[in-house]
Amino acid sequence: MQLTEYLRKRLKKRKILLMTHAVVGYPSLEDNWKMLEAMGEADVDLVELQMPFSEPTADGPLFVKANQEALRNGIKWKDYFELMQCASEKFDFPVLMMGYCNTAFTMGFREYCEKISKHGGKGFIIPDLPYEEFGELFDHSLELGLDPIMLCTPTNKEERLQRICSNGRGLIYCVARKGVTGKSTVLEQSTEEFLQQCRKFSGLPLALGFGLSKPEDLHMLHGKAEIAIVGTALLKTWETEGDAAYRRHLNSLAEARE
Amino acid sequence: MTTQTIIPNESGYYGEYGGMFIPEILRTTFDELIDAFAEAKADPEFWQSFVDVMQNYSCRPTPVTPLENFANSLGSKFSVFCKREDLNHTGAHKANNCMGQGLLVKRMGKTRVIAETGAGQHGVATATMAARMGLECTIYMGSVDVERQRPNVFWMEQLGAEVVSVTEGTATLKDAINASMRDWAESMETTHYVLGTTCGPHPFPEMVAWFQSIIGQEVRRQMLDKTGKLPDRIYSCVGGGSNASGIFLPFLEDESVELIGVEAGGHGLDTGSHAARFYGGNVGIAQGYKTYFFQDEEGQMLHTHSIAAGLDYIGVSPILSYLHDKKRIRFTAAADDAVISATKHLIRTEGIIPALESSHAFASVIEEAPNIPDGTQVLINLSGRGDKDIFNIAEAIGDKNWEEFLRQKASQYQ
Repeated sequence: MQLTEYLRKRLKKRKILLMTHAVVGYPSLEDNWKMLEAMGEADVDLVELQMPFSEPTADGPLFVKANQEALRNGIKWKDYFELMQCASEKFDFPVLMMGYCNTAFTMGFREYCEKISKHGGKGFIIPDLPYEEFGELFDHSLELGLDPIMLCTPTNKEERLQRICSNGRGLIYCVARKGVTGKSTVLEQSTEEFLQQCRKFSGLPLALGFGLSKPEDLHMLHGKAEIAIVGTALLKTWETEGDAAYRRHLNSLAEARE
Repeated sequence: MTTQTIIPNESGYYGEYGGMFIPEILRTTFDELIDAFAEAKADPEFWQSFVDVMQNYSCRPTPVTPLENFANSLGSKFSVFCKREDLNHTGAHKANNCMGQGLLVKRMGKTRVIAETGAGQHGVATATMAARMGLECTIYMGSVDVERQRPNVFWMEQLGAEVVSVTEGTATLKDAINASMRDWAESMETTHYVLGTTCGPHPFPEMVAWFQSIIGQEVRRQMLDKTGKLPDRIYSCVGGGSNASGIFLPFLEDESVELIGVEAGGHGLDTGSHAARFYGGNVGIAQGYKTYFFQDEEGQMLHTHSIAAGLDYIGVSPILSYLHDKKRIRFTAAADDAVISATKHLIRTEGIIPALESSHAFASVIEEAPNIPDGTQVLINLSGRGDKDIFNIAEAIGDKNWEEFLRQKASQYQ
């Protein structure tokens, strides 16, 4: 609930909000911190921190590599939550947990929510956990004031879309297209129709992700979605052009919110 | 006969195992597959068309062969039979599943198939099916496996399949599965994912077990015809669990039949270098389903090891996990060295070359022989033939002449 209000407040000043992403432990925890500082300076609206997993089925090649390298760097739950805590203490933006369901399952749903809440997280996104499988996860998250974020996709039938939306809290994560993270997305008529359909079933802010990379992508979403999610494109910039270019890329996206 | 003795609940669970932990983008595709499979399953003509294809194209029914020499060599007073899945087209039980799913693909009107493969057997079987049925075909294979199993890569390509070498993760079977899921998340309109074993999200475990149950159904009839009774024990190797499910499931309700699943003991269960999920594994959720996985205390998957690439996998069929907990199936493991020795043993006593995977079941019978009561009828599922393993077997045996041959052959290309 708090998350939605926070987003609404920000939307009074901006045409669209920006949500960014980091895979914890990739390229390193130090680099993650530099990325987070850059996000803080750009006044990013929302950040998802991904807990790496050995089988990231829904991610594209770059994030698959990032997950794998982060684990090779020895990232454990402890490291993840330490970073989450530091980030939520230091920066204005709310932090969301993103990660595959085996992490939540292995930790236990109650502990999962307690840990996120204790370390300052505001909600979570689990790409391989359909709402039918949430079970007690709903109760625990609501008790602890966390928002379980639901994913909608353009392949969902209307009836299912409606049920997903009715279970959503905080915001609705709209997957722009088929496939996995990281390939570019052409914003088509069908994307717009998909967003309109989500809008029909949910009054929550709509976040569009998968394949957004440029300021123009954000411009095109003005009035169509409330939040633009940029993940892979920024990491790609960090990898190929380094820290300074990352900041420039981030700032150009931040400016495209107006 | 198309009865299946174990079916999942509406959400795809066997007890607490199974389910559908899939990215939302694939939901509609899975729903369509569930419907198409349910319709096919309810249609007796579909099963009959499957049986016909398997008879005309893949040598079914495969024989049950008495192994008197093998039994005598153990000094035993029990009898041993084996089910000859090695005589299937492409050399293993994998053909049952591939041809079955191929018929389903035709029914659904899709034009392209994708599949993961570890050892390459399922890849070859899928590429064969695709060639026969006129479908486009892409096979995902870990780059480590591509190196280990070049002959299979060669045949897949000759059969017209595109073989994609997967370099992510451990670059083995589990990573090939992830890559296939990613392809499918984009291509589902035209493409069916021919998953190779009784794992993955619902309805795959049920569907693959259904096609593979042709093995156990035949065995029932054949043993009754031959001996007038059912086997007392059935041994089967367990990787993902498709050949084991296929032979075990039609016997679930015959309480007199003991079912023994043999996992890969690798370098030994105490070394941690194996693939015995029921010894070193814990319940987790990955690759779309809940089961016993070989994973660390934070739920990250661990490296598995087996001399048999087909058993070298982190998860196991949710159906088998359920039957494990219910104690309907007893699980044991065979170590690599016992497997090599069992392979040699079967070759010499019976003139049958088993796949290293299948040899695990023989190794367990050899190990348990002193405790098997006189008069027992033992049946072993010989899930595949071993000539594909010539490089691995020759290396494990340490055959100098083979090494020399490879050296000479290699020098011709230098």
